[in-house]
Amino acid sequence: MLILTCPHCGIQAEETELHNGGEAHLKRVGPDGSDEEFEGYMFARRNPRGVHLERWRHAYGCGKWFIAARCTVTLQVFGTYAAQTTTPPDHIVQAVRAARPDWNPTEEGASE
Amino acid sequence: MAEHLARISPVTDLGMIALRGDLAAIADAAGMAAPDRTGIATDGPRSLAWMSPDEALLILPAPQTPEAVEALTLALDGQHALVADVSDARAVFDVIGPGAADVIAKLAPVDAAAMPQGHLRRTRMAQVATAIWRIEGGFRVIGFRSTGDYLGLILRNAAIAGSGLAPR
Repeated sequence: MLILTCPHCGIQAEETELHNGGEAHLKRVGPDGSDEEFEGYMFARRNPRGVHLERWRHAYGCGKWFIAARCTVTLQVFGTYAAQTTTPPDHIVQAVRAARPDWNPTEEGASE
Repeated sequence: MAEHLARISPVTDLGMIALRGDLAAIADAAGMAAPDRTGIATDGPRSLAWMSPDEALLILPAPQTPEAVEALTLALDGQHALVADVSDARAVFDVIGPGAADVIAKLAPVDAAAMPQGHLRRTRMAQVATAIWRIEGGFRVIGFRSTGDYLGLILRNAAIAGSGLAPR
């Protein structure tokens, strides 16, 4: 059971009240991008074994989107933050590093 | 025959107005104190509930609704805001009785027994979206009219006599 705290309403919402929106911080490929780049933006998603930043919607609550940092292996939740950010905020990075010292947010999204 | 856990009674005399926009301006227009985050502020027959960071719900006696919609529309004129009468879109049930918290706890992923007064919890009950808050002697549950039959059914089912959650 995954329990995430919605940063917009502070409710500790259980997994069934939420809707998963997939990988967070995707950068849209605009009209100047190549077909390959757009295909990557459209379809290619990271599926990491470990720390993952993913979008969630508090569907049965306030209806707002937020981003959760969690580990896909241990289900440890490092924190949640508003979706109106392009990179994870410092306190989230610190919370993840406390448990995974070698985690690097800038590599998040880079191909492996 | 044992007692039912709670009495489930439909409430049909409530008006509801959905308000979106700046919450402080909305509370001002409604002439009520702005509710805290996930709170519900009651003032006489009217309650103003926090629904999301940009949405509030005004709950009031049904006959006052058209007048209130007009007053709110006028008060919020010129601002980026929405005033919508959603009374007919809602189904309301009161869950009253000593086992009311058990009835809620069976259907929603919520610690109903620990729910404080003045808190409105938007959640789901079985398969449908609802909002729950404490009233005298139990809880009030609102859901969508389109799922009202289902909501009534699951509430009555969860209140069946002898089905309390405490170990026997």
